[in-house]
Amino acid sequence: MAAESKLMTMREAISKHVSAGSMVLMGAQLEQMIPFAAGHELIRQGRRDLTLAGPISDILFDQLIGAGCVSRVMAAWVGNVSAGVGYCFRRAAERGIPRRIETVDYSNFTMALALHAAALGVPFMPTYATLGSDLLKKNGNLREFSSPVSEEKLVAVRALRPDVTILHVQRADAQGNAHIWGSLGVAVDGARAARKVIVVAEEIVEPEVIASDPNRTVVPGFLVAAVVHEPGGAHPSPVQGYYGRDHKFFEQYHEQSRRLEDFEEWLTHWILHAPDRRTYMNQLGVARTESLAVKEHALTAPADFGY
Amino acid sequence: MGRAEGEHGVNVASHSEAEVAARGYTFSELMVAAAAREIRDGELVFVGMRLPLLAFLVARRTHAPRAIGLFENGVIRETPSGELLYTMGDPPNLRGATQCGQMLDVMGLLQQGRVDVGFLGAAEIDRFGNLNTTWGHRDKEMQRLPGSGGACDIACLAQRTVMLLTHDRGRLTERVGHITSPGYGAGNGWRRKQGLPIASGPSAVITTLGVLRFGADGEAFLASVHPGVSVEEVLESTGWTLRVADELIETLPPGDDELGVMREIDPNHFWTR
Repeated sequence: MAAESKLMTMREAISKHVSAGSMVLMGAQLEQMIPFAAGHELIRQGRRDLTLAGPISDILFDQLIGAGCVSRVMAAWVGNVSAGVGYCFRRAAERGIPRRIETVDYSNFTMALALHAAALGVPFMPTYATLGSDLLKKNGNLREFSSPVSEEKLVAVRALRPDVTILHVQRADAQGNAHIWGSLGVAVDGARAARKVIVVAEEIVEPEVIASDPNRTVVPGFLVAAVVHEPGGAHPSPVQGYYGRDHKFFEQYHEQSRRLEDFEEWLTHWILHAPDRRTYMNQLGVARTESLAVKEHALTAPADFGY
Repeated sequence: MGRAEGEHGVNVASHSEAEVAARGYTFSELMVAAAAREIRDGELVFVGMRLPLLAFLVARRTHAPRAIGLFENGVIRETPSGELLYTMGDPPNLRGATQCGQMLDVMGLLQQGRVDVGFLGAAEIDRFGNLNTTWGHRDKEMQRLPGSGGACDIACLAQRTVMLLTHDRGRLTERVGHITSPGYGAGNGWRRKQGLPIASGPSAVITTLGVLRFGADGEAFLASVHPGVSVEEVLESTGWTLRVADELIETLPPGDDELGVMREIDPNHFWTR
């Protein structure tokens, strides 16, 4: 008997699986494969009081904060990686515009450990990172303790369990079994730490394709609540084998988010008035999308699972 | 870093184009060369982005051909990507990598004590090498900065850390208001008391005016001053009474081979303006 397909539109996936007040992990692979299309749908559906979690999610967090969706950010770094400051993040943190946000500051390693603890099913993971820092003093999820097996101090990083992790992947089958290649970041633990996973895929393939390379399967389907087929869903961030990074878009966002009025115009143009990612991609235009397409393919050496 | 407000590092518009032409290099290029010299052959380096990444590429192509680069996203590279990178997740950085692993894979190497040197940018640094990239202030207003990223991890756990930043009183302060990434804290013995690894801590601060190193007491001193810069200018631009080495030297300017690598990778001076 064929298993039921988890395929649905982005609108359905967000509507069904991300409620107000949720903790959402996005940007698990740092600057690569950031689920921008999912984030934009959250904005369009007017989701409120979200807690955003992730080590570094480039401008996606800045956009969600600027759109008023966020009440808390748990991250190691929030800004515009290639350009500098995240202006919406700064406005919200400094002046409560458009609304106050709570910032819970991690380092990259402690964010990874928080998800790792949850993925391992234990209450915390130990580390020496953050000893002596104000991060340790101010983040209640980081607690200094004395090692029970050695004469030394360590930091206990409390497990972090997102309600939803949204992962952008190169390919997945309709059950949610997904291949990712490239920079894995915290994607593996991020998928296991969450109560549910939404997979956003460049391509939907037959189960045999995924099953042919189980080492590349980062998310097993039984953890996945929804699968969305969304080509271009990570733009402006890159997807290895599909499209490059749109550096100019990040630079333009930096200029257009500096002033509040300009940001609101940007938000309207790229998110509010573009009902879906297909419209957004059309807005980008063929010339732009073609300039980002793969110039030279680089297939891997085949791996023989035969016996 | 670079072109934005510079709170993550370097904004070197302070010298005229004529000066640059006469000198033959920009101060960013000088800093990249100085940073490259902090990498020894065969070392494991936590590379970061922007100028430190360029420094790694220069080092590999000149005196440190066996240095290995680690990136926070889990990428390990022995052969540099050869293309200008805007982020560590750029596709050229992944193709042909030694390994594309998880963040925990590279952080594990860091925590094991295997990382020889890590590069950090900073919005603010104090006399004991503590860094602040969380809450700064400018004109008496609190400014929310982007945060630690991997900086706190690297500052805690790498054997040596090297900082790159613009040298002015706003950035080199007596005491940072917030310790995002710990240096020597309040002085000698502090790191050990916090429980940080014995072989760890700041090694050099490369600025737009000179290079600072740290004494046994954990306090910074001026070790070299850049060509054309006076010691007075350095002292005036520092927010505490900066000690000066007895044997103060002039920072070695970038050589042709070093400049050649930089200009090949970044011909439009996107990072090295």
